[in-house]
Amino acid sequence: MAVNYIYPDYEIVRNYERCINCRVCERQCANEAHLYLSESNKMTADDTRCVNCHRCVSLCPVRALKIVKTDHTFKENANWSGKSINEIYKQAESGGVLLSSMGNPENYPVYFDKILLNASQVTNPSIDPLREPMETRVYLGPKPKKIERDDKGRIKTDLPPHLMLSLPVMLSAMSYGSISYNAHESLARAVAEAGTLYNTGEGGLHEDLYKYGKNTIVQVASGRFGVHKKYLSSGAAIEIKMGQGVKPGIGGHLPGAKIVGDISKTRMIPEGSDAISPALHHDIYSIEDLRQLVYSLKEATGYTKPIIVKIAAVHNVAAIASGIARSGADIIAIDGFRGGTGAAPTRIRDHVGIPVELALASVDKRLRDEGIMYLLLPEEAFVPVLMSLKPLLLARIVFI
Amino acid sequence: MREGMFRNLSGCAISGMFSKSGKRFSGKYIIESISVMHERSNGLGGGFAAYGIYPEYKEYYAFHIFYDNKFAKEDCENFLEEHFDIINLSKIPTRKIPEITDEPLIWRYFVTPLPTKLADSQLDEREYVVKCVFRINTSVKDAYIFSSGKNMGIFKAVGFPEDVGRFYCLEEYEGYCFTAHGRYPTNTPGWWGGAHPFGLLDYSVVHNGEISSYDANRRAIEMYGYKCTLKTDTEVIAYIIDYLHRKQGLTFKEICSVIASPFWSTIESRPREEREELEYLRSIFDSQLINGPFSIIVGFEGGILALNDRLKFRSMVVGEKDDMVFVASEEAAIRLIQNDLDRVWAPKGGEGVIFTIEKGIM
Repeated sequence: MAVNYIYPDYEIVRNYERCINCRVCERQCANEAHLYLSESNKMTADDTRCVNCHRCVSLCPVRALKIVKTDHTFKENANWSGKSINEIYKQAESGGVLLSSMGNPENYPVYFDKILLNASQVTNPSIDPLREPMETRVYLGPKPKKIERDDKGRIKTDLPPHLMLSLPVMLSAMSYGSISYNAHESLARAVAEAGTLYNTGEGGLHEDLYKYGKNTIVQVASGRFGVHKKYLSSGAAIEIKMGQGVKPGIGGHLPGAKIVGDISKTRMIPEGSDAISPALHHDIYSIEDLRQLVYSLKEATGYTKPIIVKIAAVHNVAAIASGIARSGADIIAIDGFRGGTGAAPTRIRDHVGIPVELALASVDKRLRDEGIMYLLLPEEAFVPVLMSLKPLLLARIVFI
Repeated sequence: MREGMFRNLSGCAISGMFSKSGKRFSGKYIIESISVMHERSNGLGGGFAAYGIYPEYKEYYAFHIFYDNKFAKEDCENFLEEHFDIINLSKIPTRKIPEITDEPLIWRYFVTPLPTKLADSQLDEREYVVKCVFRINTSVKDAYIFSSGKNMGIFKAVGFPEDVGRFYCLEEYEGYCFTAHGRYPTNTPGWWGGAHPFGLLDYSVVHNGEISSYDANRRAIEMYGYKCTLKTDTEVIAYIIDYLHRKQGLTFKEICSVIASPFWSTIESRPREEREELEYLRSIFDSQLINGPFSIIVGFEGGILALNDRLKFRSMVVGEKDDMVFVASEEAAIRLIQNDLDRVWAPKGGEGVIFTIEKGIM
């Protein structure tokens, strides 16, 4: 084996005065980080295998274990952090592109966290939440420009296709295959109970979960995995994913090793084949093509479902959103650089995109100036629901 | 500092009276009624809206305008002459009293749009007038149109409302409907345009309260071409009412279901047809829902509407005697004018009370 400069991130620290060699840690560790040395009748551990899951820590009956962040270091300075040096080593070792998951983890400002709530006291009396209702219901979707009345003068009450949420919080897209069947079902059951929606992501929808349709947004992304008429009709809305905030301009890749059994069947691709989503939809090379896809999906579902278009937060997001608002799309979702992903090139994740708050503000302003404001869905942040009627999508919170 | 440069919160007194048959009566009663609630104002704003006061000019829009100086008047009159036929113009008669000082120039114009200009604009007549009013209020320096309806007028100033009434000689006007406002702002406005009522065309609003949803409402209404220049709740309420009634064609009853919409739990308990209508209105006009405490009296051509916020966080009483309807923040303000009432009640939160000349109560 070649020399490896990478020291493990975490160290397993064992207090030998407490350890009773019960070997629970060894039996419970899925990564086989703990070992029993019979000659010396002693437990030991291989830090390289530890993923810091804390299973051994919580199961140790005598509290002999803890995991610490390593203090192993490079000759760091402000230009060359340990993280950068480490990543260069890692990439040089294989020649491949380093991949990472989740949203942008760097120390950029999170504006949502700096917002505080206003409160009422005198001219505006405070309301007792135990006595007065607090309402959180939100409707998403287009509104008729003008109300219409029947012969008797009654208002015609047919709303255009829309979504109704009991809470202004939805779960953002996570595909079946990138997460497991059980995880997908858990999301579906949770949103059904909470009166909101989850999003299938681009891996299709397992037929067992069609029954949660009214709480489901089905996604159509560049790979078109698992997209067919029944799938499109099974959800409450259809989302076209044009971009993802954490990796604008980048597609997706689910390795063949994960394409097995029902995942292969649901995605409609052969077992073991890589599921590669191109960076762009190969039938969308500009905004007018997007309009055609929006209407193709509306045709396929008889104009009964609202169409969401999700775009990444980038510098010209306001102009893009303005074009989308005129493309026939009913709802625009904006995904910021802290939105999640199963996998993105690390360099892209950490250095591309902008905060969703900035994108949201510029889109909001543009659409209001043009008089075409739609409800916008900022992704990836969690803010107390009463602060804003704009729903937020979240994924990371669910899987902490 | 001038109104519009900061957000001004206030408590208030409101009063209104209306003849269901359209009989005209003197403005002296509304001055008496609002004066009883002296304690609810602090001398920093008072005003009145009066309907049916200009029968001889009822075909024409009556513009009431404040000018800070004669240059503003010149600029504004140039604009008016370009866009309207000015049928009559005069100073609004006022009475010098020690309680009211620092008055601007206060002028009244009866106008009708120039037919060629109107045709060129491709707008309907009322929209044309609204556009011209906004144009003057936002771009003619030191001129401010504070009343723009037909056969009605708004009179307002910095001072206690009863003094404002005397200042404008309101007792000399006769109308079928009057509303009044005494203001208790938490900041000093120092500018007459900031007093209430606030009006656009023949819609006028007097309002006691503070709407928590001000910014959400403002941002939404500005999308439809309205410009909120004063940062007061009442301005945005007046525009919402104009938008829902004139532009969307909602009835005043429907407007109540929008701005003080029932809670979702209440909507769900209603019979199917009503439920569908309420759900439709609330979801389509969600940005026009007004949150926070308020009681308002809306005057409009031939009618009056009184409405509380849905939790009823501000007092409001309605009284009826024969042909007359009275609305006020306090019952005393009604009893002083008419103690022998056929009916007196405090409407529930969100329950609009609407009277119009043709039909009586709706």
